Amino acid sequence: MTATHDSPRVGLFVTCLVDVFRPSVGFASVRLLEAAGCRVEVPASQTCCGQPAFNSGDRGDSRAFARGVIEAFDGYDYVVGPSGSCIGMLHHYPELFGDDSDWRKRASALAGRAFELTSFLVDVMGVGSVQACFNGSVTYHDGCSGLRELGVKQQPRALLETVQGLSLVEMDESEVCCGFGGTFCVKYPEISNRMVSDKSAHATATGADTLLAGDMGCLLNMAGKLAREGSDTRVRHVAEVLADMADTPAIGEPKG
Amino acid sequence: MSAREQILNRIRQGLGRGELEPARRAELEALLARPPRGPIPARTDLDPAGLIALFIEMAEEAAATVVRVPSLVAVPAVVASYMSEHGLPPALNVAPDPDLVALDWSASALSVVSRPATEGDRVGLASAFAGIAETGTLMLLSGPEGPTTLNFLPEVHMVVLPSQHIVGPYEDAWDRLRASQNSMPRTVNLITGPSRSADIEQTLQMGAHGPVALHILLVDG
Amino acid sequence: MDVTSPAFKDNAHEALADPALQRALRNLKAGFPGKRAAAIARLPEFEALRDAGRDLKNETLANLDFYLEMFEQNVREHGGQVHWARDADEARKIILGICRDAGAKTVTKGKSMISEEIALNEYLDEHGIQAIETDLGEYIIQLRNEHPSHIIAPAIHVNLDQVADAFYAEHQKYGKTKRLETPPELLKEAREILRAKFLAADVGITGANFCIAETGSTVIVTNEGNGDLTQILPRVHIALASLEKVVPTLEDAMVLQRLLARSATGQECSVYTTFSTGAKRPADPDGPEAYHVVLLDNGRSTMIGTEFQDMLRCIRCSACMNHCPVYGAIGGHAYGWVYPGPMGSVLTPQLVGVDQAGHLPNASTFCGRCESVCPVRIPLPKMMRHWREREFERHLQPSAYRYGLRAWAYVASRPWLYRRVADIATRLLRILGGRKGRLSRLPLASGWTEWRDLPAPEGRTFQQLWAMQRGKRA
Repeated sequence: MTATHDSPRVGLFVTCLVDVFRPSVGFASVRLLEAAGCRVEVPASQTCCGQPAFNSGDRGDSRAFARGVIEAFDGYDYVVGPSGSCIGMLHHYPELFGDDSDWRKRASALAGRAFELTSFLVDVMGVGSVQACFNGSVTYHDGCSGLRELGVKQQPRALLETVQGLSLVEMDESEVCCGFGGTFCVKYPEISNRMVSDKSAHATATGADTLLAGDMGCLLNMAGKLAREGSDTRVRHVAEVLADMADTPAIGEPKG
Repeated sequence: MSAREQILNRIRQGLGRGELEPARRAELEALLARPPRGPIPARTDLDPAGLIALFIEMAEEAAATVVRVPSLVAVPAVVASYMSEHGLPPALNVAPDPDLVALDWSASALSVVSRPATEGDRVGLASAFAGIAETGTLMLLSGPEGPTTLNFLPEVHMVVLPSQHIVGPYEDAWDRLRASQNSMPRTVNLITGPSRSADIEQTLQMGAHGPVALHILLVDG
Repeated sequence: MDVTSPAFKDNAHEALADPALQRALRNLKAGFPGKRAAAIARLPEFEALRDAGRDLKNETLANLDFYLEMFEQNVREHGGQVHWARDADEARKIILGICRDAGAKTVTKGKSMISEEIALNEYLDEHGIQAIETDLGEYIIQLRNEHPSHIIAPAIHVNLDQVADAFYAEHQKYGKTKRLETPPELLKEAREILRAKFLAADVGITGANFCIAETGSTVIVTNEGNGDLTQILPRVHIALASLEKVVPTLEDAMVLQRLLARSATGQECSVYTTFSTGAKRPADPDGPEAYHVVLLDNGRSTMIGTEFQDMLRCIRCSACMNHCPVYGAIGGHAYGWVYPGPMGSVLTPQLVGVDQAGHLPNASTFCGRCESVCPVRIPLPKMMRHWREREFERHLQPSAYRYGLRAWAYVASRPWLYRRVADIATRLLRILGGRKGRLSRLPLASGWTEWRDLPAPEGRTFQQLWAMQRGKRA
C-alpha cells in the first residue's frame, strides 16, 4: 500500500493501556487507518493523556501531560486513538489553559483534529465498510466518554454490520457505565463491582460469543469480571474485529 | 445590616457589581411587563375544533373523564346522571358562580348547596376559567365565585368548562387571565386529572388526598 | 439533619447488601428512565426547551438580586410577607415565630426538601409544635423516623410490607386495629387519617418549585393535592424557598414546568400545579388569612460567581439520580444527607463542606449520564471534578493516592522513563499472568482483584513491537 501525498498524515495515539496490555489493538488501528488511505505514524515520545491527574483534580500535572501530548502530536493532520476516553481527555485540554494563552490555542487546535478511531474512519474518512470476516455473534458496550463526549454510537455499529459472518445483538443498557471509571474502580471497588456485574449479566443475556467495546479500560474491567465468573464470553476491542485480526487470544484468554 | 441586605450584597459581590444600573433595571422591568415566551409545543398549533379534540384526548389520558354538553342548561341533568351512575348520594356543592347557581337544579332531584367545601361534601361542581389543550389541563381561579376548597375536599370533582375557553398552550391561558383581571387571584390551580400517588411500592393509585375522580363537562354553545 | 456522608463507603456497603433496597432500586431503574424517554419522544420541542430553561436560569442568576427584589415587592403588593434567612438557624426561628404568633399546635407540611435541609420538623417538635408530613411518601418515612432517599419519591426505598408495618404500629392511636395488606387499603387509611390532620392544622408549610418575580407567586407541583390542602385550609400559609427558585415570569415557569414533569416522572404535566399569590382576598370564601414566604440562602449566594454557579439552575427533577448507575446501586441514604445522586454530590459539599462530603463527588465514574438527562444542562461531572480540585488543593485526598498520582506524572513526563517502566510492567504482568493469561491476585491492587481478574498483557509494549516492525519496514 503506497501512501499518496494527499492522504492525511495521522499520528496514532496509542494510549497507555493499549501500549502495555494489548498492542494488537494498536496494530489493528494502524491497519484500519492505512486501509482508509492514511499515512500513519506513531510519535515515540507519547506517554499518557493525563486523565488520571485531571479526574483527580490535579490541574498542574494535567497541564504538564497536555503540553507533552500537544508537543508530541504537533504537525499531524489528525490524531486518532482507539479510545473514546483518552481522545475525550484530549478534548478537555483547552479548559486547562488560560483564555488567551498560546497553549490554549494549541490545545484547541489539537482537540479539533483528535478523533476516536471508529468515528474517524466513518465521519472523517468516509469509510463505509471494512474487509473482514468474523463468524460469530457480538454485542457492543458503549464506552461513556466516547458516547457522551464524542458522539460515538452508530459508527462502530455501522462498520460491524459490514463484517462478513458477524451478527450483532444489542444488550440491554449498552449505554450504562461498566464501572471502570479510571481510579473509581479501585477507590470504590464494591460499587464498581456491582456495576460491572450488571454489565456482565446484560452481555451474557444476549447469548453473544464476544463482547466488544472501544476502550481498553472498559474492556479490561469487563473481561476481568467475566473471567472471574467463569464465563465463556470472549472480550475484544472492536478494532481487532474490524481489522480482521480477531484470530489471536481474546482479552484475558490463555495464549494457547 | 439586615439579612436581606447581606444576602443581596453577597449576590452582587458574586456577580462582580453593585446595584443594577437604572438603564439595565428598566430593561428588565420592561421584560417583566411584557414577558417573552419560550418554545411553544407545535402540538398546540390547531384550530378551535382541533384544540377541543386535543384537550379531550389529553384530559382522558390523564384519567379525567370528559362529557360534551350541548349547553349550560343541560348541566344539571348531566351531573345528576353521573352521580346516579356512580352510586353517589344526591348531594352537591356547587361553586357560587352565578351561571351555575342560576341553572335549574330543581328537576335534578339533587340537594344543592353553594359554599366553601367541608369534609362530608362528596361531590363538588366548579367552573373552569380555561382549558389548556396542550396537556388536558384545567385552569381554575380562586375568588368569590370559586372556593378553592371545592377543588380538593370533595371525593368527586366536576368542572364545567365552556369549549370556547379552551386554548392551546399554557401561555395563552396566562394571557387570558391577564386580560380579564387586574392582578393574580390568591390561587390559580392548574389541574390535570384526578389526585394520585405511587408512593406505596410504586403502585399508581387515584385519590391520594385530593379527588378520586375528575369529571369535566365540556359545554358547547 | 445529621451528616453521615463521611461514612459513605460503609453506607454503600450496607446498601449493596440490602435485598429489599436492591429490589426497590431495580424497580426505580425499570420505571423512571423509560417513562422519561417516552414522554420526551412525544415532545419534539424538548431539546429547545432545555436550551431555553438553561438560558432563562442563567439570565435569572445574572440578575438574581433584581428578581428577588421584584418577587418580594410583588408578594407584599398582594398582601404577603417576605422573610430573609441567611442560614438554617435563622429560617427555623422565623418559621417558629410565625407559628407561635398563630398559636399553632399542629402544622401540616407539603413536601419540601428545604425543610429537610434546615431540619425543621425536629426543631418545631422541640418547641412543642407537631409537624405532620402529608405527602404520602414523606408521611411513610416520618412514621419510620427516616429521611427521604430520593428528592421526589422520598419513600422509594420502602416496600409494601414495611409500609403496612409502619401504619399498623402508628395508627393504633387512631383506633385502627387491623394490619392492612394492600395498597388500596393503605391509601384509604392514610387519606382518612391525614384528612383529619389537614382540617385541624393551624399553619400549613409548603415548599416552592418556583417563585415568580412578575407576580409574587410561589408555585408547587404535586400529584396528590396534599400541598393544596396544606395551604388552603389553615389560617396561615408559609412557603419556604431557597433563593435560586426565583424565575422572572409565568412564561418562564411554564418552560421549566414542561421540563420538570417529563424529567421527573415522565408525566405530561403534574396533576396539581398551583400558583399561590398572597393571602386570601377580602371577598374570597376560603384560603389562608396570612401568607409568608421564607427565602433561604444557606450557602447559595456564595455560589454566585464561582465555578459552581451552574448548580443553581437545578429544578429538582431527579432525572440525574434516576439515571445514575452509582445511585442505582446504593440508593439515596448512602449519600448521608438530604440530597443524593449527582446533584447531591455537587450540592452537599457546598452546603456542609467538602471535608465532610468529600466522598460524594469522588464516587463517580464521570459517565456523564446525569448531564445528558439534566433538563437545564448542568455540567454535573465537571462540577464534581471541581470539587476534586478543591480537595487536591487542600490535600484532602489519602496521601497514598496523591503519591501514586505524582509518581505517575513523574514517569509519564519523561518518555524514556515511561518506556522503561512500561516495558518492565508489561513483561512482569505477563509472567504473573502465567498460562491462564490473567491474574487473580495483585498486590497494591486488591480493590481490583477482589472482584475480578486482571487480564495479562501480551508481553511486549506496542511501542517496542512497532519499533521492531519499522526496522523491518525501513
